[in-house]
Amino acid sequence: MRYMAAETIDLEEFAAKARAGLDAATDEAALESWRVAHLGRKGTLTSVLRKLGSLEMDERRRIGGEANKLKNELEAALKAKLSDLHGQRIATTIQEGQIDVTLPGRSKRVGRLHPITQTVRQIVDIFVSLGFSVAEGPEVETDYYNFEALLLGRDHPARDMQDTLYIDFVRDGVYPFMMRTHTSPNQVRFMEKHQPPIRVVVPGKCYRNEATDPTHEWMITQIEVLAVDEGISLADLKGTLFEFAKRMFGQERKVRFRCDYFPYVEPGVDMAIDCFLCNGKGCRTCHQEGWIEIMGAGMVHPKILTNMGYDADRVTGFAAGMGAERIALLLHGIEDIRRFYQNDLRFLEQF
Amino acid sequence: MRVSLKWLAEYVDINLSPEEIGHRLTMAGLETERIDRVGGDWDEELITVGCVLSVDPHPDADRLRLATVDYGGEEPLTVVCGAPNVAAGQKIAFARAGARLIDGRSGESAVLKPAKIRGVESSGMVCSEKELGLSGEHEGILVLAADAPVGTPLAQYLGDSILDLDVTPNRPDWLSMVGVAREVAALTGAAVREPEHTYEELDDPAPARVSVEIADPDLCFRYVASVIEGVKLGPSPSWMQERLTAAGMRPINNVVDITNYVMLEAGQPLHAFDFSAVGGEKIIVRRANEGERLVTLDGEERELTTDMLVIADEKKPLALAGVMGGAGSEVTGETQTILLESATFHAPNIRRTASRLKSRTEASTRFEKGLSPELAMVASQRATKLLVELAGGRALHGLVDNYPAPVKEVRIDVTRRRLKQVLGVDLPTSTVREALTSLGFGCKWEPPEHYQVRVPYWRTDVDIPDDIAEEVARIVGYDQIPTKNLGGDVPPAIPQPLRDLRERLRDALAAAGMQEIITYSLTTSEELERVLPEGQLKRLLKVVNPLSAEHEYLRPVLRGSVLKTLAANVRQRESEIALFEASRVYLPRSGELPEEQEHIVGVVTGKRDDRWGRSSDEPVDFYDAKGYVQAALQAAGVEGTFEAAEEFGLLPGRTAVVSAAGAKVGVIGQLHPSVASSFGIDQDVYLFELVVDHLLPAVQAGVGYAPLMRFPAVVQDIALVVDSSQPAEDVRRLIERHELVRAVRVFDVYEGEGVPADRKSLAFSVTYQSAEKTLTDEEVARAQSEILKSLSEELNAELRA
Ligand SMILES: [Zn+2]
Repeated sequence: MRYMAAETIDLEEFAAKARAGLDAATDEAALESWRVAHLGRKGTLTSVLRKLGSLEMDERRRIGGEANKLKNELEAALKAKLSDLHGQRIATTIQEGQIDVTLPGRSKRVGRLHPITQTVRQIVDIFVSLGFSVAEGPEVETDYYNFEALLLGRDHPARDMQDTLYIDFVRDGVYPFMMRTHTSPNQVRFMEKHQPPIRVVVPGKCYRNEATDPTHEWMITQIEVLAVDEGISLADLKGTLFEFAKRMFGQERKVRFRCDYFPYVEPGVDMAIDCFLCNGKGCRTCHQEGWIEIMGAGMVHPKILTNMGYDADRVTGFAAGMGAERIALLLHGIEDIRRFYQNDLRFLEQF
Repeated sequence: MRVSLKWLAEYVDINLSPEEIGHRLTMAGLETERIDRVGGDWDEELITVGCVLSVDPHPDADRLRLATVDYGGEEPLTVVCGAPNVAAGQKIAFARAGARLIDGRSGESAVLKPAKIRGVESSGMVCSEKELGLSGEHEGILVLAADAPVGTPLAQYLGDSILDLDVTPNRPDWLSMVGVAREVAALTGAAVREPEHTYEELDDPAPARVSVEIADPDLCFRYVASVIEGVKLGPSPSWMQERLTAAGMRPINNVVDITNYVMLEAGQPLHAFDFSAVGGEKIIVRRANEGERLVTLDGEERELTTDMLVIADEKKPLALAGVMGGAGSEVTGETQTILLESATFHAPNIRRTASRLKSRTEASTRFEKGLSPELAMVASQRATKLLVELAGGRALHGLVDNYPAPVKEVRIDVTRRRLKQVLGVDLPTSTVREALTSLGFGCKWEPPEHYQVRVPYWRTDVDIPDDIAEEVARIVGYDQIPTKNLGGDVPPAIPQPLRDLRERLRDALAAAGMQEIITYSLTTSEELERVLPEGQLKRLLKVVNPLSAEHEYLRPVLRGSVLKTLAANVRQRESEIALFEASRVYLPRSGELPEEQEHIVGVVTGKRDDRWGRSSDEPVDFYDAKGYVQAALQAAGVEGTFEAAEEFGLLPGRTAVVSAAGAKVGVIGQLHPSVASSFGIDQDVYLFELVVDHLLPAVQAGVGYAPLMRFPAVVQDIALVVDSSQPAEDVRRLIERHELVRAVRVFDVYEGEGVPADRKSLAFSVTYQSAEKTLTDEEVARAQSEILKSLSEELNAELRA
């Protein structure tokens, strides 16, 4: 059955009203209500399109096409208008929101590690990267570990090299306990528990009964280095410590190895680096020598290896020891070693 | 050891600069600490040896005189001289105008200018020691030896370089000129000239006059006695005095100077007795008897013990062996005949006696390093020769030599393989042999592997093949040893959980804003009294020989030192100070090493920063300190609980015990104001203390991983009214107990209007979530009412209206 449309659809009039309405809308809320009124589910254009079903086929096609075109046109116009408004709003925000970027940031507390902690970590990390483990040992030691086992018998003249703070406890007429004077007891403690191959660093506090001055402190932090294996020689000692020096003080550093004496090593070594302040020319820091001694070292005495139950004819090792305070002093150009344990915040906060 | 190169040149030719000699010795293990130049800046042209021809009075000044000096120039010069000791015929140091000297009054370096002194033209100067920079002496002029050659540049005649050598304790031979000369010879390829030992003797045999008995051969290995008659006490020759002075010893008289000279030259301490004081013409070397006393050379009466070795005659002790002579047998102006002792003693015994009597001497420091008995004979002959030649003595024939067990020459079989194994390089046999023979070792190469090495008597430090490796390496030079990197397997890492945890806590506290400090491990009992209850003070550990009372006690807690540091810093700033220390404490155990625990102590005080980083008016409080502790615990992966408690030194009502995994791991609280003021702090301080050792088990128990939940969470806030004394944590835990509750957080505490007196309001933010499904509003409401019911029943808590 066919019938004529009861009413005609006047797209022109609708379009004119819609365009005018869009022009009149100036903020996002007005645009939204315009969209609801004209393009929404219950909006005028939708209701126009809903009426299409009652038209002749041709008419339906024509008006339908125009209506869709109009819908696209209005949607695009809306989008453009919205985007304009958005742009304007951002511009306003920028305009109104300018701040003084040079004012200080909101204060956040910054804590720091003590410079000696930092230096010890730096040293330890280098050796760890070279395949060394880390261990620690007691700060109060027995005479056996601090001296005897390191071939420093009770009457050894080299005991004078290490003025000792003894604990007030007597056994068999002697003081068997003391504040350790060096970290070397840990060579023995470690070898007692482990078999070669050994590569270990042992950091820790050591104590000397020694008057203090700008270059001497009675409490110091040593880092002991020990490597024991078949085939380790003085050449490995030199290579390893040289590598350490380069990583710690810079690739361009030169090192100097000379003979020195420590009862628990044979041969004994002293390592110096060329002064990085004057590049070896001589200055106050290096006492005009161009070289700064930074550690004692040597091949582990075969008697110690034998005492540990190792076959000293087969395995050899090297040991080294250095002071973190001295290294930190050099690295930062600090004039007085006693600053470290005075803990003045104005000093500590610089590291 | 101070070594004059001028003196050293008597034993070895030196063709290198003092710096180069010093450098080579340093590299070989004998460190040159300093080189002192004598006359290094004396002008060779203008400062010369002069002779005072005449001394005349100054026309215008009583205290000045005119000295006419032949200084080697064509015409003698007459100069004004104020020194009281100037006299005709003297050899003196003469400087002409233009020479640079030290000004006697100002001590500054200055050029000598011609001047008119009280009307007399003077264009030169007779110098004092001070003007030459030799010493501070300015009273009189320096008088040179009578045989000083006039006109010779003073720098040549008197100039010298003194090497200050740091001798390692293994090398007593380096405490001698000859020993250093041997080293220089080995390092420069020169030859050593040993001192002369021969002298004329009388016919009377010495053994007929005196006998030596060694009663304790375990403490005395050799005793050589020489008897010299007719010695005349007087000053030693100037050359000897100069050398002793250069070495840092004071000349005394010819006999003492000769014994000191030979000690410095050969390294063997000697002692001269007045022979008339030796009763019974017999020397007995024995242990002291119980209760025996001896007045030593320094005038002190020493009470001897039976472990001390004495040199005695038949009746009495004469000297403390190797340490100090006795006053009764001292050589004096009356002395006719001398008994010269050259002996070898047991090194540890000398060391013990010297340190017990607090009398470390040049002699004892040499003896205690262990000398060779061979040296005793060499030195005895040398000193006897000098006493004959320089002190007018006549030596009896022969020496009395008691040497119970002659030591054998040390021989070491060293393999080529071992040298390579230790040094990392296969050195040519010729290199090894040359190095060793240059040092006085014997070395025979037995192909294909062995070196037969003979150790010279003065090298008491060498006895194993590795010692030989060092000798070779140091003569060849450590720089000739190759450099290589460690090969082989990297050993497995050894876990260090306690250290790892401590370092993690350190990082966390620093990251949270605290500054790390490190304080001394030893402190005062007085400081510990302020932070420890009396019971704990009774068992404090201390050192017997503290540097000062400041560092005497081993601390069982870190609190005291941390508070002391805080006090020092509080004086400088009012803004927030937050310090922590992570160090060991020492807890006594009877008869054993103390237990060492890793503690961390933090302190917080001052006023919080405002937006500008200035201190605000708002002081920090308990919860700032607790925030740091929580940050640390969080970093360790541990959930801590805080429960009100009491603790010595902390304010009751503001103190909590910190626990983790059911165990106490520390405390936190406000420092008791009386403790604070005992440290000089008059503001609120909050303190926490964590025992890392106790925290470790909780860390190792670990916090398991919980998978992320798929279903949404519902967050609801509730306000509850509870008793004022009700800890919020109990309420929070009760809420958390419900199975649908995932998290509970306190976010407000309120007391006052709208809440009854004795009650407070706590606000919680509660997160509900299920692992199985999305919760409905009804389920959340039901959960909440279940929670409220428990709260009301168990904690008398009600929903705030
Ligand atoms: Zn320098």
